[in-house]
Amino acid sequence: MDQAAFERVRERLAGITGEAAVSHGVLVLEIDSGRLLEVVHALKGEFGFDLFLDVTAVDWPQREPRFDVVWHFYSTRDFVRVRVKTRVPLADPVVDTLITLYGSARYMERECHDMYGIVFRGNDDLRPILLYEGFEGHPLRKDYPKHREQPLVPYRDAGP
Amino acid sequence: MSAQPARPAPSGAFEFLTTKKDEFVGWARKFSLFPYPFVTACCAMEFMSVSSTLYDTDRFGAALPRFTPRQSDLLMVVGTVTHKQAPILRKVYEQMCEPKWVIAFGVCATSGGFYQNYAALPGIDKIIPVDLYIPGCPPRPEMVIDGIMKLQDRIARDRHPIVNERF
Repeated sequence: MDQAAFERVRERLAGITGEAAVSHGVLVLEIDSGRLLEVVHALKGEFGFDLFLDVTAVDWPQREPRFDVVWHFYSTRDFVRVRVKTRVPLADPVVDTLITLYGSARYMERECHDMYGIVFRGNDDLRPILLYEGFEGHPLRKDYPKHREQPLVPYRDAGP
Repeated sequence: MSAQPARPAPSGAFEFLTTKKDEFVGWARKFSLFPYPFVTACCAMEFMSVSSTLYDTDRFGAALPRFTPRQSDLLMVVGTVTHKQAPILRKVYEQMCEPKWVIAFGVCATSGGFYQNYAALPGIDKIIPVDLYIPGCPPRPEMVIDGIMKLQDRIARDRHPIVNERF
């Protein structure tokens, strides 16, 4: 990794998001969910984070707000990674979509919606992508019963 | 004008043999398995190994894979089947003509293996009848060959419904 570029990004981001932590060589920015578009717009436009890697979530069942939504970006110019985290509550698990900035966010947000039930405001196509139509619940939430199955084909009678 | 063709001289070799009809049909069928590889996961690597030159299921008359269920009579389910995939497996099975046999290849097809969650079907026998289970993650080629031979033994010993009072 280009250490100078890393420090440059770190310093300049500090003005936008407060102090940026470093975890295993990744810049970590914790932000309010309302500032997401502003921060990501700056990351892409000013700092060259041109590759959208993934969006996922973390379920903390004992915590309020319960979910972390986590984005990862990569700069193919400076070889720097950045992680953006924000918190959303169970009652209103909504964040803004990034499809206006990164087209590939469209599918990844669908997966995150499948697994955690995070709603991406502005993404009008949140149909199941890995799950199937009719699947109830969000299987990677901690309160999804781990043995609950929702078969599409009725099971045969188990003969002797 | 010409004389009747002469009867061929007796050669001394067998000119006919007698057998039971079921055994005869079973013998013909057991060396004529046409597998449909329903291959979904990493067991595919082992399937390729067992069906190609080194282990060579062609020796058992079970090599030529047909990629349409309508031309095959042995459904080999190789790998994990998810709930999302289950309707497809069911449809493939139903498209195959009788007589047909099903092999669950590997532990995931047998019982779901180490997948016990929202996504995986815990064994394909939950939705289609299975004739032979080959455990292992993945099974060794020797186990697959042993399984095919066991299935062949069973086919050879089966009653075959085409053998009826009119035949």
